[in-house]
Amino acid sequence: MFTRVAAGYGEPENTLTDPVVLALPGALPVLNKEALDKVIKAGLILGCAIAPVCTWDRKNYFYPDSPKNYQISQYDQPICTGGAVEIELPGPARNVMGAHRRIPLTRIHLEEDVGKLTHGATDSLVDCNRAGTPLMEIVTEPALHGADEAFAFLTALRTAMVQGGISDCDMEKGQLRCDANISIRPAGETKLGTKVELKNLNSISFVRDGIAHEIRRQTAVVTGGGSIAQETRQYDGEAGTSAAMRSKEMAHDYRYFPDPDLMPVRVDEAWLAAIRATVPERMFDRQRRYLEQYRLPYTLTSVLVPQLALCAFFEEAAALSGKPQAVANWIANDLQRELAAAGARAQAAAGVDLAASKVRPAHIAGLVGLVESGVISSSIAKEVFVEMFATGDQADAIVERKGLRQSTDAGELERWVAEAIAANPKAAAEFRSGNEKALNAIKGAVMKASQGRANPQQVDAIARKLMG
Amino acid sequence: MADDLIFQPAARLAAQLAAGKISAVELLQACLARTRAVDGRVKAFNSFDEAGALALARQSDERRAAGQARGPLDGLPVGLKDVIAVEGQPLTCSSKMLANFVSPYDATVTAKLKAAGAIPFGRLNMDEFAMGSSTENSAFGPTANPWDLTRVPGGSSGGSAAAVAAGELPLTLGSDTGGSIRQPAALCGIVGLKPTYGLVSRYGLAAFASSLDQIGPLAHTVEDAALLLGAIAGHDPRDSTSFKAGVPDYRAALAARKGPWRLGVPREFFGAGLDLEVGAAVRQAVEFYRQQGCEIREVSLPLAAEYAVAAYYLIATAEASSNLARYDGIRYGHRSAAAKDAIDIYTKSRAEGFGPEVKRRIILGTHVLSSGYYDAYYLRAQKVRTLIRNEFAAVLRDCDALLSPTSPVPAFRLGEKSADPLAMYLTDIYTISVNLAGLPGISIPCGFTGAGLPVGLQLIGRPFDEAGLLALARAYESAHDWHTKHPIL
Repeated sequence: MFTRVAAGYGEPENTLTDPVVLALPGALPVLNKEALDKVIKAGLILGCAIAPVCTWDRKNYFYPDSPKNYQISQYDQPICTGGAVEIELPGPARNVMGAHRRIPLTRIHLEEDVGKLTHGATDSLVDCNRAGTPLMEIVTEPALHGADEAFAFLTALRTAMVQGGISDCDMEKGQLRCDANISIRPAGETKLGTKVELKNLNSISFVRDGIAHEIRRQTAVVTGGGSIAQETRQYDGEAGTSAAMRSKEMAHDYRYFPDPDLMPVRVDEAWLAAIRATVPERMFDRQRRYLEQYRLPYTLTSVLVPQLALCAFFEEAAALSGKPQAVANWIANDLQRELAAAGARAQAAAGVDLAASKVRPAHIAGLVGLVESGVISSSIAKEVFVEMFATGDQADAIVERKGLRQSTDAGELERWVAEAIAANPKAAAEFRSGNEKALNAIKGAVMKASQGRANPQQVDAIARKLMG
Repeated sequence: MADDLIFQPAARLAAQLAAGKISAVELLQACLARTRAVDGRVKAFNSFDEAGALALARQSDERRAAGQARGPLDGLPVGLKDVIAVEGQPLTCSSKMLANFVSPYDATVTAKLKAAGAIPFGRLNMDEFAMGSSTENSAFGPTANPWDLTRVPGGSSGGSAAAVAAGELPLTLGSDTGGSIRQPAALCGIVGLKPTYGLVSRYGLAAFASSLDQIGPLAHTVEDAALLLGAIAGHDPRDSTSFKAGVPDYRAALAARKGPWRLGVPREFFGAGLDLEVGAAVRQAVEFYRQQGCEIREVSLPLAAEYAVAAYYLIATAEASSNLARYDGIRYGHRSAAAKDAIDIYTKSRAEGFGPEVKRRIILGTHVLSSGYYDAYYLRAQKVRTLIRNEFAAVLRDCDALLSPTSPVPAFRLGEKSADPLAMYLTDIYTISVNLAGLPGISIPCGFTGAGLPVGLQLIGRPFDEAGLLALARAYESAHDWHTKHPIL
């Protein structure tokens, strides 16, 4: 954040360092403007107020992963204040939208990250690669009411940060970390209970599980007649247990004071305007817009909106075809399925990236156009889609090459139907005696004989006529 | 030949190099010979790299032979206080904590010197981490004053001042947080300049108090100081507190700027505690300027006089307590052999590695930043600092510069003030407020006491008006011969 060394993950220990990162005698920090740009953008995404002047403080404490033994941070004048994260709680079913809430934020500030310690049997090793990389601390108001809300909050926050290009938020790489402050109180009580800080929550699921565990633990303590001590506890996600780390009495005196090595930074309106222009539409705003503008159901929007690239893909295809719902169906279902399958074949955990897909928005629009105009049937279209995904050819070219054009030739259709009736005398007899369902067997036989090319509506009419 | 080069001003040596009368190697060898002859008694050097310096001197001579000399500093050896980083050289800060530390990078001033063809030579002694006023706080033993080897050279840049005064080097760099260039320059009878805060990059200067530290030149003459300042000044993107401004040709400005000047004499800087002989010499210097047609005004700096030392020892120690936290024995520096765990590494390494004055200031600084004391100490000291800055600004609206003694006393005896930290702190009483206000200050020789000890005149200028300040100092120097007198060693 205050040096020009590259940031990275998985590099050999202590290779992403320089005199500033290692806090060598004489080294001085210089603000990396991009770090400030990103935290301001994050603040704008979350609707925070941005401070007109950004100041820096030193947070003093000794720890072997902290090369200067102070962290450059922001104490009483954070760059962002207020704002909120809109969350969606679990719905009654997977395909039904859950309730929405806005979780108010207290502040966002920027500070430098510390290094990483590895403890051996007889020694401990320090890796300073991560030291000095920018870290944004986001603090919520005490407004989350349980493990599920915390889970939904982190999910929504992560989506907002990823979509805003702020961070990849990969918890495994330490790009998103969470400490949870948890307290319980009797129903109806307005005053918050004594809080316990839970650390080492290494995944969003661990956050949910850890909070649920801590609520149970505190409830057991209080119902057992005990009281909660203000402390910091370490959560073990594998074991589902927690242990006390330090009590309030052992809390640090960080001796904050303004960092004399750094000048305050004025954030003027032109700077804010330039960043504001890069802020993407918020996920739930987009979801509401898709419902209003395109009449897309929740089952489709809930697939599209978490993925910005998919949204762009959809909007382009929708504009090309003018049939947003049909287009969205193909993208949310078939394209997603094929991408996942291709990912499984390539043994890629996250599936194949949309950017690598041979199917582009024009392909989808073309395919939808063929179905809408009756050139091919929906079932043939499924086949065409798989071929498009594999080859990158346009739908019309595939239809022509494979001769998949839907047949509307009355003579050909009558021949197929007549053959089907002849080959299925039992079904024909049943239909004639009033069993509507028996017609399906005849139609199925026609489709089989025509390899799906027969127009279903015409087949229906001809079959009724021939057996009438 | 070699003896002729000792005590020569750098500007004259530069002219001789340019004229081909001497070579950089000859000059360096003269300095080496002088150092070998006298430094056993003066002890200005912590160490020096003879082979490395000779290699640079040869390169300089080759450049010059090829017609590619880089300017007036090309081939001149410049000594560095052992708090300024030079790649591949020790950076001890005269502390046991860094006794074995070698810097892997160049300070910005070092890089600028190298770019100008100068030869960074020698690691010069100092008070440990620049904390002190006598160079007695060095973990490697004190430096002696070349004028009287039983006396201190001042501090904390005592080695930088003594090396010039003893004729070991023509130019050195020191650092000044509360007077650490000007006070030793005064006590050693040479010129020392503390630039405006922000004029010279602090990158590569091991920090004592970040908001006060500045690197500056020590030299025989004002012209030499101008020469060296011109090479090290200027904006540095590696130092956020470095000022974005062009660097004038300070040497050219010496002749271009002429008086008469309007000069302020702060009443409070001539009060109790001022040595009579020092006071007399400084008043004579004031009289000189009056006779030159300058308007002399008595001015008043009551806040600076009353509160500067107190505010300084709160702000500087607070910053130091944080700046020196990095010396923890984890990544580099002294690590106690007795350490058994992380806390041990901190406590034992720091207990063993730091000297008593450094510990005193870390403890004081830690205390003033502590929860519950911050407002009463640190915050109030910062408010006082603002008032002192405003007080100087008001006085300098009507005055081009201020004149005062640099130090209230001439060089004192080794050990004389060691047992009394407060008495030691008060030797910086006239210099400290200049750092608090961020102003440029220069000390030039203005006479001797009856015992033959040098006296320094301090000139304080407007922010970033080093050119004017140097011209004013040069006007005095050119009419006096104090700078031509040298100690006999």
